[in-house]
Amino acid sequence: MTAINRGDFVRLGSLFAGSLVLGVNASGCANQSSSAPQASASAETGGFKPNAWLIVHPDEKVSIFVNKSEMGQGVATGLPTIVADELDIPMANVIVEFAPAADAYKDPNFHFQVTGGSTSVASMWIPLRTAGASARAMLVATAAKQWGVDPSTLTTKDGVVTDAKNNRTATYGSLVGAAASMPAPAKPVLKTPEQFTLIGKVNKRVDTPLKVNGTAKYGIDMRLPGMKFASVLYPPVFGAKVKSFDASKAKQVPGVIEVVQIPSGVAVVATNSWAAFQGKAALKVVYDNGPFADQSTQTLKTRYLDLARSGTGAVVAAARGSKNVNGTTVEAIYFGNLASHATMEPMNATASVTNDGVEIWAPTQVQTFAQLGAAKIAGVAPDKVKIHTTYLGGGFGRRLYVDFTNDAVAVSKAIKAPVQVIWQREDDIQHDWYKPMGANSVKAVIGANGNLVAMDHTVVMDSILKGVGYPLKDGVDSVSCDSVMNTPYEIPNLHVSYIDPESGVPPGSLRAPGANWNGFVMETFMDELAHAAGKDPLEFRLALLQRNPRAANVLRTVAKNASWGSPAAGTKHGLAFGFWSGTSVATIAEVSMNGKMPAVHRVFVVADVGQVVNPTIVLQQLEGATNYGLSMALASIITIEKGAVQQHNFYDYLVLRMNGAPEIHAATVESGASPTGIGEPATVTIAPAVANAVFAINGKRARILPFSEAYT
Amino acid sequence: MVSITINGEKHELDVPGEMPLLWAIRDVVGLTGTKFGCGVAQCGCCTVHLEDEAVRSCVTPCSAADGKSVTTIEALGTPEQLTPLQQAWIDEEVPQCGYCQSGQLMAISGFLKKNPHPTDADLAESITNICRCGTYGRIRKAVARATGGGQAS
Repeated sequence: MTAINRGDFVRLGSLFAGSLVLGVNASGCANQSSSAPQASASAETGGFKPNAWLIVHPDEKVSIFVNKSEMGQGVATGLPTIVADELDIPMANVIVEFAPAADAYKDPNFHFQVTGGSTSVASMWIPLRTAGASARAMLVATAAKQWGVDPSTLTTKDGVVTDAKNNRTATYGSLVGAAASMPAPAKPVLKTPEQFTLIGKVNKRVDTPLKVNGTAKYGIDMRLPGMKFASVLYPPVFGAKVKSFDASKAKQVPGVIEVVQIPSGVAVVATNSWAAFQGKAALKVVYDNGPFADQSTQTLKTRYLDLARSGTGAVVAAARGSKNVNGTTVEAIYFGNLASHATMEPMNATASVTNDGVEIWAPTQVQTFAQLGAAKIAGVAPDKVKIHTTYLGGGFGRRLYVDFTNDAVAVSKAIKAPVQVIWQREDDIQHDWYKPMGANSVKAVIGANGNLVAMDHTVVMDSILKGVGYPLKDGVDSVSCDSVMNTPYEIPNLHVSYIDPESGVPPGSLRAPGANWNGFVMETFMDELAHAAGKDPLEFRLALLQRNPRAANVLRTVAKNASWGSPAAGTKHGLAFGFWSGTSVATIAEVSMNGKMPAVHRVFVVADVGQVVNPTIVLQQLEGATNYGLSMALASIITIEKGAVQQHNFYDYLVLRMNGAPEIHAATVESGASPTGIGEPATVTIAPAVANAVFAINGKRARILPFSEAYT
Repeated sequence: MVSITINGEKHELDVPGEMPLLWAIRDVVGLTGTKFGCGVAQCGCCTVHLEDEAVRSCVTPCSAADGKSVTTIEALGTPEQLTPLQQAWIDEEVPQCGYCQSGQLMAISGFLKKNPHPTDADLAESITNICRCGTYGRIRKAVARATGGGQAS
């Protein structure tokens, strides 16, 4: 029944004692002492492990294994809450442990171990509830057997089995030895929502205490005996290779130990990070630049817009109804620039390659691919690669790529020592997997009834799916076309075409990939259509969502919360609707102008995420996604010249700071449905909401992102 | 060789004087609560207190801290006794990924020494630390909770 080796966890925990693993004590505060969180080595002392997801220890604590990466979105709290509720234990008894890379922890839908697409709670909802309920049933059956009573006469609460009729109780911890021989129920009974004691009610995150006193350990905080620090100089031009290099100056930098070439670039190995950076700056490298060296933002933009206009090479992504519909025609063409993830924690990974195999400690979103990449580089079988997932200092999709874990393995292999490869911010900005450029050509028809009756939409965007190694179905990238080919609007005649321009820029999955651009196009265009039809933008949308009461409810609720139509003095409202990862979301932005640029004062955002597991975390994600999307919309731009990124750091890659952060009023609506995604949806709606408010103020339409390029 | 007292403990460090204090703290002394974010004093992840002043340790050379006292996030409070600001961070559930929060707390606790009751506008003007998770609104609420301040100026 147990698919993983308990020894793996003990080793994992001992290397990062006290921080990778969280203990939650009776007062609800995470325990930071170095010994307490470590499951009391209970595997050896008879802990009960009914499945891959939990171990009930004799001391009443329960280890719960989290197969998703904690990057701020709250899985280290939310997923254990689901198990704990069905198991009927208090959160105070929970010990959170990050799972290693193993088959048991692969995502049930993606079939590899990954955190992305705002799917964690939705994917794990039934498996984790089943795991908790199954364990509970086995503990109850154990007590029933000991007492010689029917299990159905027993109840559970707070980690205790009660036989009310005979006035006796047994704690889970007292049952673990005998429970191990109990068969798992074929179909454990799950709770009804009315029976939940934690789901929808717990508000405290288990990791917060560790994140206010510096004890939470991120990848960059990993330290191993004998570990070196390394930083890699990557060729500036995409697709370029190192032809030759001169390391003589680099080797003179105090603290630099050696310089090694790896497939991606030249690595400077040193006794500390700063010496590695200094050594890197002293390298002299000659590159073979390759064909992309001729490209620039201007050449790419010209080509994208030509493709969008001509439709050359387009494949059909959606086709329903007629292409010849009479009415009032509205057309527009849009262009979105590249953007970078810019996670707060720069890319890094720590690796140790030995004759026994590979160990990696990394802030990764994709354990399976990190494992496969390392195995290939080190020339070992994948099961010889152990992945230890640390806390992630932001993810946003950047850590779905294994460039940084691969490099740590390559350097460790070359120097035969444990090493932490650490990127400088400049490496991070210039060697990202970027939010792709997008060029969209849209033509729509408004019928005699004033409704949208037809849309013809061409999306030109690098394939995001190919970037993460996914094959395309019939040449269509459903992610790059997200929010267009699957628009929830009930448009009777819809034709969507997709063109993959294969630009040569690494195409990335960035918070609400595809949708974070297409949603902007669709929602600003909807606003334009509403005006062309002489209709209120809210009513215009509701007319296209008549078979979608959940979406309509979200729109009506945000309108109510924001007092749609009655913006605060000196401001205007803009509205946008979005649909991502099963979640309907709507945003109203309250905006005034600060010169040519919008100043966003208040934002109202409402989502229907189905069953809420942790109300605070859901609101945090709506707030965070709003600020992330606003940041990207305002002035975050990556440009290319001579095949290389021109931005370097936060002085020229501009992101939102306190002085630009609006007051955000986030809320959810209840629908009684199963949980859907929350980490990304609100990224989709903020940019169009702001742009539509700007139109309401001054009549200007943004057909370019970011706004700094549109409102000139 | 520089002599720096970090969190009350004196360290004789055999490092170049121009080495940024950040790397002496993280890679030489081994305190990892202070984070690296940009290396050019843009993001504030690396903020520590040099004597009583909040500084960005990624551009503060060790020579500037020679003979002086440095406080990092590890000594802002203790696990048993958090500062009111840290407690407010917990009460308002500020952190998401949490990576920038050491720097946020050090920057704002330093700022509060000069302005114990800041308005939101004061924070917007003076606190430039970057949070990519976008926790700014909760930071404002937490500061207000800890200081009795808030929106009104």
